[in-house]
Amino acid sequence: MRIAKDLVAASSTPLVLGILAEEESYGYAILKEVSDRSGGQLEWTEGLLYPLLHRLERTGHVESSWRTPEGGRRRKYYRITEEGRRELAEQRRQWAAVSEALQDIWKATRSASPAIRPALEG
Amino acid sequence: MTTETELEGQIAEWRRYMLRRKGVEQADVDELEDHLRGRVADLAETGLREDEAFLIAVKRMGSVDEVSREFAREHSDRLWKQLVLTGDPDSPVDAARRGDLLAMVVCAAAAALGMKLPALFGLEWEGDQIFYARNLSLFALVPLAGYFAWRRRVGPRTAGSLAALFALGALGANVYGLDEDSQSIVLSAIHLPLALWLVVGVAYAGGEWRSAQKRMDFIRFTGEWFIYLVLIGLGGGVLTGFTFGVFAAVGVDAEPFVTGWLLPCGGVAAVVVAAWLVEAKQSVIENMAPVLTRVFTPLFALTLAAVLVAVAVTTNAIDVERDMLILFDLLLVVVLGLVLYSISARDPLARPGPFDWMQLALVVSALLIDVLVLIAITGRITEFGFTPNKSAALGENLILFVNLAWTAWLYVSIIKGRKRFSTLERWQTDYVPVYAAWAWIVVLAFPPVFAFA
Repeated sequence: MRIAKDLVAASSTPLVLGILAEEESYGYAILKEVSDRSGGQLEWTEGLLYPLLHRLERTGHVESSWRTPEGGRRRKYYRITEEGRRELAEQRRQWAAVSEALQDIWKATRSASPAIRPALEG
Repeated sequence: MTTETELEGQIAEWRRYMLRRKGVEQADVDELEDHLRGRVADLAETGLREDEAFLIAVKRMGSVDEVSREFAREHSDRLWKQLVLTGDPDSPVDAARRGDLLAMVVCAAAAALGMKLPALFGLEWEGDQIFYARNLSLFALVPLAGYFAWRRRVGPRTAGSLAALFALGALGANVYGLDEDSQSIVLSAIHLPLALWLVVGVAYAGGEWRSAQKRMDFIRFTGEWFIYLVLIGLGGGVLTGFTFGVFAAVGVDAEPFVTGWLLPCGGVAAVVVAAWLVEAKQSVIENMAPVLTRVFTPLFALTLAAVLVAVAVTTNAIDVERDMLILFDLLLVVVLGLVLYSISARDPLARPGPFDWMQLALVVSALLIDVLVLIAITGRITEFGFTPNKSAALGENLILFVNLAWTAWLYVSIIKGRKRFSTLERWQTDYVPVYAAWAWIVVLAFPPVFAFA
């Protein structure tokens, strides 16, 4: 199954903010986290992730710092800000509303129930 | 071990490729590299060889175009390329940039101070204008050559030659006891800057002045430098105007400061600053000179053709008073400049197109005008004999004539497809020493030959 582009784009901000709300992280780890959490359904590209992180930084929702871990390479870490947490809470409310409405409608229209696909890959 | 260095090589290659993209900056590539390495390490853990892992990791990243487009969309400001003068203090590139900035500041300050040095010996900017007119190019260009000598880390031999050439220039400028109103003094004041500018070229090339490529680079540099100097000059004019006005408003006369300090010191410092700007922006911002060339080549070609038509219709001979001589020499220099800068920016492998025809038309009409001027000058010389001015004008016209004539011939061959474009490039770079030789002859040999007239 491929998740539609619009949906991927719309969910990307709350996903990143949510992951960063748990703990600070860096690009590759965020990407893996997104992939893990979605069971591999959400495969972000770097062209999506990094510009998004930079935009969130510009709008003040996250802040970044370059750090060199012991014996490692320079790496850019992102951390959520207070403003980012507020934004996350707001997004959460909006998503909850959307999701609730959808659940309601799914229950009403049985015909549209998702046929569970056989796991082809893996 | 080999696979590891191989991986490093591949990553370095990928970085270079990535950095060429619009909207992607050093820090982004650092971040993406970290990402790439993380993925390579993960893939290698699953049993892949490192080079295979690299290939897959790069493939997963998606096409470079796509990634850089996303970056550009987020950072649209980056499409307006900016000169970043202060950046990340950790990165080695910025450290080099700061070192360069320091060298520029030191050389510009040295230029500004050097300009006031003669005042310690009683030579005032206001009073001893002849002294300054003869030596201005030394004041301006010695620090500039110093800046390049430092920047290119020239060897002791080159540094020695540079010093010797500037000493020769200083000698040529001051050793002859010329009258204030003699022609030779004006000629020397015009030709010494040209001679010394080409010495700066030696410093610019880091001593490798024989290399055709380095010469072409210096030609490109000259065009950009000139444009930047003019821009700085315009800014300086605004600053001067405000200085005058604002101080006048509070009842302080700023003129002694402006004419004694701001103009001379700021002027020579601007020479170094402009050079530094050109060096700093070299790969960041597109060159301006070729753009102006594109715009003005057709216009100049039309104007020259119109002049030729006017001469043919009225059958008036060209009036060769002194001002006119300078005007026509300048015209030829401008035409040569237009040719040079279009050559400097042209892809040598591109097929001849309409613009080459335009260039040929420009060169041929300039040649015809040059012939008319040469006829007029030789007429004057046979009538009144040689003077320094006429001899200099004659020499310059001949030098430019030879260059343009051969250029026209090469253009014809190129348009017909018999010769490659690089021969024209080569011809222009090979010709540069002729200008240097002539400039030095006028500075050093003309005064004694013409009995200091």
